[in-house]
Amino acid sequence: MSLHPFVTVTELRQGLATGEYSAVELTQYFLDQINRHQPTSNAFITVDEQGSLKAAAAADAQIAQGKAGALTGIPMAHKDVFCTNNVLTTCGSRMLENFVAPYDATVVHNLQSAGMVCLGKTNMDEFAMGSSNENSAFGPVANPWHAEHVPGGSSGGSAAAVGSGQVPVATGTDTGGSIRQPAAFCGITGLKPTYGRVSRYGMVAFASSLDQGGLFARTAQDIALVLGSMAGFDAKDSTSAQRHDSWLEQIAQQGIPQTPAKLKIGLPAEYFQAMSDTQQLDDVRNTLEQLGHTCVEVALPNTQMAIPAYYVVAGAEASTNLSRYDGVRFGHRCENPESLEDLYQRSRSEGFGEEVKRRILTGTYALSVGYFDAYYLQAQKIRRLISDDFSNAFSQVDLLLTPTAPGPAFAAGALKQDPVAMYQQDKFTVPASLAGLPALSMPCGFKQGLPLGAQLIGPAFREDLILGLARDFQQATDWHQHTPAAAAGDRT
Amino acid sequence: MRGIRFAPRLNERDKSMDNEDKINIPHLAMLARLSLDEAATQRAEHELHNIIDMIDQMQAVDTSDVIPMAHPLDAEQRLRSDQVTEQVDRERFQRNAPATAEGYYLVPRVVE
Repeated sequence: MSLHPFVTVTELRQGLATGEYSAVELTQYFLDQINRHQPTSNAFITVDEQGSLKAAAAADAQIAQGKAGALTGIPMAHKDVFCTNNVLTTCGSRMLENFVAPYDATVVHNLQSAGMVCLGKTNMDEFAMGSSNENSAFGPVANPWHAEHVPGGSSGGSAAAVGSGQVPVATGTDTGGSIRQPAAFCGITGLKPTYGRVSRYGMVAFASSLDQGGLFARTAQDIALVLGSMAGFDAKDSTSAQRHDSWLEQIAQQGIPQTPAKLKIGLPAEYFQAMSDTQQLDDVRNTLEQLGHTCVEVALPNTQMAIPAYYVVAGAEASTNLSRYDGVRFGHRCENPESLEDLYQRSRSEGFGEEVKRRILTGTYALSVGYFDAYYLQAQKIRRLISDDFSNAFSQVDLLLTPTAPGPAFAAGALKQDPVAMYQQDKFTVPASLAGLPALSMPCGFKQGLPLGAQLIGPAFREDLILGLARDFQQATDWHQHTPAAAAGDRT
Repeated sequence: MRGIRFAPRLNERDKSMDNEDKINIPHLAMLARLSLDEAATQRAEHELHNIIDMIDQMQAVDTSDVIPMAHPLDAEQRLRSDQVTEQVDRERFQRNAPATAEGYYLVPRVVE
């Protein structure tokens, strides 16, 4: 298999093992892809040419010594929300435009220890708040399939980078859909693991009870390979899950476990009723049935309340988490502050963008005296109702199949002036976030030349089922193998 | 967090108030330590009005018997033993600080 931009991690492992190319050659190849795409794509905030070539040389030395691990020498990129020692971590914000973390996030450390080579940090909505990547202080990102459409958000840079063949795999974070929705919009596979599966240590906090790190790749198989090294208990994250799932520990060697022969897959009525056109999802259903599984309708009656509850919980947690940006210890500081109050107010007002301020104000409102019970407490109660809906569903079915987003990638600027309409983009992804459940988006067809995603939601810590079914689907279909026309000429 | 008990209960709120009266943007901005100019305040008022209208849909749900969910998987807080695990490297951490002197963070004069 010769090198091309849409090569899979699985193929790269083989190429490196057989000496078809070195890790340095591989890194240089993808650095060239990034440099070629960057002027139009803007998927990266920082490209670490020197650091990545050095890491690739170290990987080659390991391979030569026969000490290579499952991911040694595989190029990747991190969403710029993960702290990286000695490389900028901006979180897409002016507030952190000069911030160099004094430590690595656990995710960064884990993937580096596994031998992966980080090529750079990807663009994102500021502080991971957004569904279009239009809220980045470093400019918007182009959708690989149509430059005038958004790549989705908040992990838009990572999704666009993988979608246009700039890297084979990238990390992301998902608070209310920030991995799944951009994966759907960019025609790739994206996994939000169970809350607590991946360490949040060193991941710049947005909404701590919802934030979860995850992955983008071309296939479920590739995601599984990298997840094995990325996930795991971390004493430095107080909400990290203490789990010993043997399938996860063996996934790099054994691959995704075999899917049970007859799964019962639930189709939530509330999700399908909200779609004007379910043709592509009906096709997914047919494929899954041909694979021997059964599909039945299920009810998740509190679905409609997920968006309101989410924007209260996430806003409240954001307003609390972002109070740390005070212009004193790190981050942007205004010029010539007249007083401490002036320092706080101007540093924050200059450092934060519009959407971040909007969410801080929403959260401050929901937490303020007189409204706490009506908003924050009520949202937490609705969160339980939504979680109970899923528990009921999973007493009847093994997995859920839903659309990932209401439609394909929308045009840039189309929703920017209407925050409430923008928030509705998350209506199919937010419920699983509130319930902390694992969910994956996989390509399932096209509409107006733009890719569509299907979402699989599973019970807590059953990423094996989700990944297994997605792998089987990708063996039966070729939607994940389609590549954008703009980049198709790159295939050799 | 239960210090919020001074807050009126949901059913005690004056439901006749509409959002316009409820949203005091300058007060919220002060609490959040944000300074907004006239135009930004007006925009925020309009946008928050719409956002709060949207989140107010929650009030239609009867949750009187529901226990609030703080952690998505209802996990318990894990504690560790109270032992020193690492030392603070002040010099390293302060490299990101906008202004320091002799190991201190510099801020405008607070006490005259």
